[in-house]
Order: sequence, then C-alpha cells, then structure tokens
Amino acid sequence: MAKLGQTPSQTVGPYFAYGLTPEQYGYDLGRLADGTVVTASAKGERTRIEGRVLDGEGNPVTDAMIEIWQADGEGRYAHLANPHRPDTTFTGFGRFGTGTDPSNRFIFETVKPASIDGKHAPHINVIVFMRGMLLHAYTRIYFAEESALNEKDPVMQSVPPERRATLLAQRAQSAAEVLYRWDIHMQGEAETVFFDV
Amino acid sequence: MSEAIYSPRDWSSHPGYIYPSYRSTLLRGPTKPLIHLKQSLSTLTGPVYGHDSVGELDADLTRNGRKNGEPLGERIIVSGRVLDENGRPQPDTLLEIWQANAAGRYVHRTDQHDAPLDPNFLGAGRSVTDKQGRYRFHTVKPGAYPWGNHHNAWRPNHIHFSLFGPSFLTRLVTQMYFPGDPLLELDPIYQAVPASARHRMISQFSIEDTEPEFALGYVFDIVLRGRNQTLMESR
Repeated sequence: MAKLGQTPSQTVGPYFAYGLTPEQYGYDLGRLADGTVVTASAKGERTRIEGRVLDGEGNPVTDAMIEIWQADGEGRYAHLANPHRPDTTFTGFGRFGTGTDPSNRFIFETVKPASIDGKHAPHINVIVFMRGMLLHAYTRIYFAEESALNEKDPVMQSVPPERRATLLAQRAQSAAEVLYRWDIHMQGEAETVFFDV
Repeated sequence: MSEAIYSPRDWSSHPGYIYPSYRSTLLRGPTKPLIHLKQSLSTLTGPVYGHDSVGELDADLTRNGRKNGEPLGERIIVSGRVLDENGRPQPDTLLEIWQANAAGRYVHRTDQHDAPLDPNFLGAGRSVTDKQGRYRFHTVKPGAYPWGNHHNAWRPNHIHFSLFGPSFLTRLVTQMYFPGDPLLELDPIYQAVPASARHRMISQFSIEDTEPEFALGYVFDIVLRGRNQTLMESR
C-alpha cells in the first residue's frame, strides 16, 4: 500500500504562548502542562532543572519552548501502553517557554529519573521548539554525576566523545534544593547534540 | 526493542533547520549532523492527554474567548482526520491550535502589529480526536499580517497546529493554510518545505462541511509518522 505523506513541520513562531503555555504567560486559558512536573505522590528525588537556550551568537533565545518527557525516580514512564507505569499522579511531561523568566531560563521542578532497566543511564527526553526553527529538535539531559552508567549507556556511546558533555546537566551546589543546570547551544563549538529519532 | 517500530521522519517532507530566506533560522537551526537515536521506551512512549483534558468550549474559538459579544470575522469550521502514514486513524490524539484574529492580530503581548485586538477572541483552542481520528474546530478565518523577515513581508492566513500522536516521536507542530492564498508563494516559512510536500499544509474548502447560514467549511487532514509495516508483517 502506498504510504500517505507526512504532514510537514512548521515553526511554532513567536506567538505560541497563549495556545501552548497560557498560564505561565498569564493568558486566560487553563494549562495542560507547565514547568511543574513533580507531584505530591511522585517517586524520586525532588529536583530543579534550569537552563537557557543560546543562539549561534550566544544570545539567549527569548521565544523558545522546551518540552520534557521522563521516567520517575523508579524508572517508570507514565504511558498507558507501558505495564510498568507509575502508580502515582506523576505524568512525566513538562512544558516551559523562555519568555517569562527575567534571564530567559526554562525551569522545571521535577524528580530525578532513574534508569529504566539498569542498562540505560537516567535521562530526560527533550524537545526544543522556537521561532526560527522549522522542525523541532530532539535532545536529552543526562546527569553528570552518573558517570558509571553514562559511560555504558548505548546512546552516549553513539555520541562522539568530545560532544558528550553537551548532554550532561551539572549538579549545582545549593543548600536549599537539588539543582541542575543545563544550557542548550543551538550552534557553535559547544553545539548541543540533537538526535534523529 | 532493537528494531525501528516507527518509520523515520521523512526528510523529503519536512523543512531543514537552516533556510536562509527565513532569516532567523540562520542563528537558531542546528548545524552539526543529527545523531541517530535507536527507538526505545523513551521515545515510543509519550504524554497522555485524553478527552478529559479538554473542556466543553475548548474547540469553539468563537465562544471560548467571549466577553460581551461574538468575535468579528468570517466564521469557519475546520475539521479533518488525524491519520498515520498507513492511513490508520489516530484516535484520542490531542490537537492544540492558535491563530491571529480576523484582523491579523495575535493576542500575544509581543505582537506589535497595528491592527485591532478583538475583546471577544482569544484565538486558542484544543480538541481530542474521536475513534475515527476526527476533530472539529469552530473559529474565524485568521487575517494575514506583516512580519519583519524582509521588506513587505506578510504571512499568509494560517492556523498553528500542535499534535502529540501516540508517542514522543510522533510529535508534530505545523501550520494550516488556506487554498488560493497569493501570499503562499512569497512566504519563506511555507516555501522552506520541499515543493512536493507543501500542498499537504493547505486545507480544502468543502461545501459539504459548510453549514448553511452559519459558517464555511475547510478540511485539513494531518498525517503523522506511522508504524513500520514491513516489520509488522514479518512478525
């Protein structure tokens, strides 16, 4: 059977906020998701992840939207087809626009994911959208201190060694909370690794 | 799960990351080759939004932003089906849309275009597909508007669509255009898509979907990445 052609991708443009992240930006429409992924019953270490999206000149992108999709602290994805889904209210999905924070960070309050099978290192799946990007870009957040698992992770292995650091979130020293910093570089020497999924 | 369950992104259907006539791609699109990621639980799963995620008026943009009257503009009905590449309907799939009002002005605070806002129109809506993959929005036809990409640049009339599909790798953000729009051939965002695939972003006027004395009907079917058939058959 001849296949139907995929509908082409287009940019989210500059004005996605009142449709996709309305509450964060103060528009009169309820949210489906925002930067708060953690829930009261979610299993795992409470964690904040923040960073900026930087363009080819190193300037922060003020109209990007970041989506994350992750397993919980017991390595479970909240997907209906997944028999090992969490027995909590944790959905694992977050969405944040870079237009409201004064320094244009994305900020996620979540839990640190665990390895899904003991073989893959803990990671968060990320999609990057913005004005000026016609096709969304997939990347991942790994955790710098998980070096033993990271070294054996098959996806990390497929990335040229000199580029692996672009996927590593660094645990920051903070007495108040567990905080990771991770910037997304769209271009340049430190261009973040993006995947063809 | 070592095999590819879904067929890949079709690079002959999608725009590339850098398209110089769309100027802001130059500093924002990745330049290094993408690294192939084997499909696994991380991408074969995805967020779940069902029918309880959308409210009663969410799919009716002529009502969900009303303050003291009806929004201005030409009422339209936008409907269609969400399918995968194999023609299979995609049920329970969330669609989120946003658009300019009839005058070509977005509610968004950073939109500085000197056209009136409509107090009765927000321009955002949501719907979840039914068992046959169908969705349906009531709205008004969005106006064209100028943008700063080049001298005398105007975006064609369009509605933004965002879809999840069954997994994180079926995610799609696109724009729906209107038939016969003379701005399409001048628009670098539309033109960035390979020529043979552009028409898939243009809705079709439909007299059958037009409601007498009420609103014009436009049909827009959306095709997401599908499961790899040869693989299914060999199992």
